[in-house]
Amino acid sequence: MSLTRRRFILGSMAAGGALVIAYGATRPSRHQRANTEHAAGNQTFLTTWLRIDPDSRTTVLVPHSEMGQGILTSLPMMAADELDADWNLVDVEQAPATDLFANGVLVKGFVQDLGVSIPRFLDRTADFATMKIAEIMNMQITGGSSSVRFTGEHGMRAAGAAAREMLVNAAAARWDVPASELQTANSHVIHEASGQQATYGELAGEAARFEPPRSPTLKRPEQFTLMGTSVPRIDIPAKVDGSAVFGIDARPEGMLYAAVRTSPVFGQSLQSVGNRDAVMNRRGVRRIVELDDAVAVVADNYWRAQQAVDTLEPVFHSGDNDSQSSERIFAAQDEAIAGGDPEEDVYRGDAAQALAGAARTVEATYRVPFLAHAAMEPMNCTVHFRSDGRCEVWTGTQDNLGIRGRVASVADMQEEQVIVHPSYLGGGFGRRLPQSTNTIDQATRIARHFDVPVQTLWSREEDTRHDYYRPAVTSRFRAGFDSEAKVIAWENRYVGQNEPATAAHIPYAIANQQIDYVESEDHVPFGAWRSVAHSQHSFFLESFMDELAHEAGQDPYRFRLSLLSDQPRHARVLQTVAEQAGWDTPPPAGRARGIALQESFGSIAAQVADISLREDGTVKVERVVCAMDCGRVVHPDTAAQQVESGIIYGLTAALYGQITIEEGRVQESNFHDYEMLHLADSPRIDVIMLESDGPVGGLGEPATPPVGAAVSNALFALTGQRIRELPLKRYRFTGTPEEDPVS
Amino acid sequence: MIELTVNGEPVKLDVEPEMPLLWVLRNELGLTGTKFGCGIAACGACTVHLDGEAVRSCVTPVSAIGDRPVTTIESLSQPGGLTAVQQAWIDHQVPQCGYCQSGMVMAVSAALDNHPDASDEELFDTVSNVCRCGTYPRVANAIRSLRADRGETA
Repeated sequence: MSLTRRRFILGSMAAGGALVIAYGATRPSRHQRANTEHAAGNQTFLTTWLRIDPDSRTTVLVPHSEMGQGILTSLPMMAADELDADWNLVDVEQAPATDLFANGVLVKGFVQDLGVSIPRFLDRTADFATMKIAEIMNMQITGGSSSVRFTGEHGMRAAGAAAREMLVNAAAARWDVPASELQTANSHVIHEASGQQATYGELAGEAARFEPPRSPTLKRPEQFTLMGTSVPRIDIPAKVDGSAVFGIDARPEGMLYAAVRTSPVFGQSLQSVGNRDAVMNRRGVRRIVELDDAVAVVADNYWRAQQAVDTLEPVFHSGDNDSQSSERIFAAQDEAIAGGDPEEDVYRGDAAQALAGAARTVEATYRVPFLAHAAMEPMNCTVHFRSDGRCEVWTGTQDNLGIRGRVASVADMQEEQVIVHPSYLGGGFGRRLPQSTNTIDQATRIARHFDVPVQTLWSREEDTRHDYYRPAVTSRFRAGFDSEAKVIAWENRYVGQNEPATAAHIPYAIANQQIDYVESEDHVPFGAWRSVAHSQHSFFLESFMDELAHEAGQDPYRFRLSLLSDQPRHARVLQTVAEQAGWDTPPPAGRARGIALQESFGSIAAQVADISLREDGTVKVERVVCAMDCGRVVHPDTAAQQVESGIIYGLTAALYGQITIEEGRVQESNFHDYEMLHLADSPRIDVIMLESDGPVGGLGEPATPPVGAAVSNALFALTGQRIRELPLKRYRFTGTPEEDPVS
Repeated sequence: MIELTVNGEPVKLDVEPEMPLLWVLRNELGLTGTKFGCGIAACGACTVHLDGEAVRSCVTPVSAIGDRPVTTIESLSQPGGLTAVQQAWIDHQVPQCGYCQSGMVMAVSAALDNHPDASDEELFDTVSNVCRCGTYPRVANAIRSLRADRGETA
């Protein structure tokens, strides 16, 4: 096989469209439905996610979106390993956005994570009864660091193992030998005793007549041939020669382009549009489309559309939100925390009493600002309302099925009339989850006026100002020590509980804990931002832990370790990072280290940041060492990639990330004032993956949370200044401890 | 009419002289490998070569190009093979989402060709492209290995 052969196909089946899925009275099993509805020629689906051609080429259908995390490689590896497929014969295809390919195991995974009991019939089945949940919820979500740990562990592996058993059964029947005498390897079933063997392709048709076993036998880790290896990523060749197709690259015949201007104050409606005639007379302009809270210009070239929309004079209604500001939002949060009618998060022991009797107490209040996602590919969605009543959609999304439903709902159509063409995502990070619908809704409503495809494309300014933001959050802490400097009380009240609900929990053995939260509403749209609530709480928790360590006169690393005697996995991760970072070796002059620990999405990360100061008093992060326990590692190289990526994402936010509200609107607009980390400022990153026998954990998010605290704690070590509000660009530092930072 | 040479082919365009090269490439010529990121030359996703120099096509009016040949990611590699930079990108498994990588590959290719005597740090400063996936450590490693290879063969 040629190594340059393109092994990934995007949307080849979705392009066929017209997939009217209807359950018959007999409800054929999923793979039979797949054979009926999706197989062409001699292709055979053995389970929903595996298709084997007569020449043994095996296609794995991936029900998740590739947004950089390597999922088009990792998931097929898991299926192919259990299948004993020849990796050189494995192709990968994006699963069509139809309910047949919903990734229900993800739902099941979350249910497990939340500790809800699962009905027995759903447990570990190979024909994916759990999919029914996802079909009901109609999701194909990629998020929550979930693809490998849920879809992979519970879905892909079972699919591969089930298909392998079906192939073995087919060979056993063909040769009239016991299945137990058969072996599989490299896409062959082999009967050593008689010397017979057959390829998977030869057996696929017969195998498909068997029902997938409900509980196929999975391999033990020592039997893995692919899992645990770093096969080259399937998507990379197309990403070095410009041929990878993102949503923005959709070029259906006759397409027009729309540029939009949305109300700068969130949620204000459009009142009037001035200068219409001049704009309509501009070259290439086809139409001005008024929406509830925005106006769009459609033209034959995006630049013309953008220039035209900039020339329009829209007026938006005024309202209460016009006077909102970050300052007022934070003041309201302070008031909510002080006034307090809190909801319980963790109440353990009696923190109030312990604080009252404490020998010493420490109190601090922390804040983080709103954050935008700033995915590199500006938001876009191409929609074509066809003359035959169907609707085609091209967009990069973290949930193709969800987008199908959303477009159908906005257009008042049946979901079956909507065809979604999956594409690569130019960054997700939570921005392209289906509940973040503003671009999709606009694109649908704009295209409704045309019988040709229309690509709605946002400028970077629209993207920055109309995101769904990581919220601004305030969090207040009090802690108490006994007379021997032991922490006996931990009190934490924060604003707004969101996902994961456990994000403010601590792994440390502190007897009396009172963790609760208050609500303080604001008008800024909320969205899931890489690691969601951990992105703020980890900064708060691990910075305040550092304060306690210094208050106790202890080394920040050993102070944490002393409180982890009941948490061996956490302790091991922390010890490893300290060793690898040379924690006990004093740093050179002008340098300092900070440490932080955070469990999230089923994985445990500890980081040591090594920093210095530039001449202008800004922070230079020289190196970040990260130890990560994510259970078993499926693909070591993409695992390391995700850790590097998560660190850079979190570090960018800690250094620069700040969305500011004034007069109800976002002040920042583009990369000149919503700054990004660059190559020259990027630290050396050392990743240590610690395998454990814990369940497979997530990797897309867990490296992001701790880095802000690790850097801030290093700053304290270097300058004596405790940073309680991000981002760090607010401050200029000097290397002399005890001197105030200049704001 | 504006006349350009794009990827070795002469093209004639009936467009406004102030239209940025980016939108000529993406909307008029269907060359979608060059990406839109910011529109203000702040991210480098739109980087192409003008006569071997890296420029940000989102702020380059098509009328300013003159007779300088335009090279985009689509024609960077020679027929039958990837360039050393592209191969290094595969060897080091650099891309993640991949959206910025056309611009990154173009910027690094020009920087290596045009600044052979710069230090690694100076070269990193030159490549000011934004990557939100944080591929920087791998970009740095790929650049170091490319420079080491050039040093050996020089």
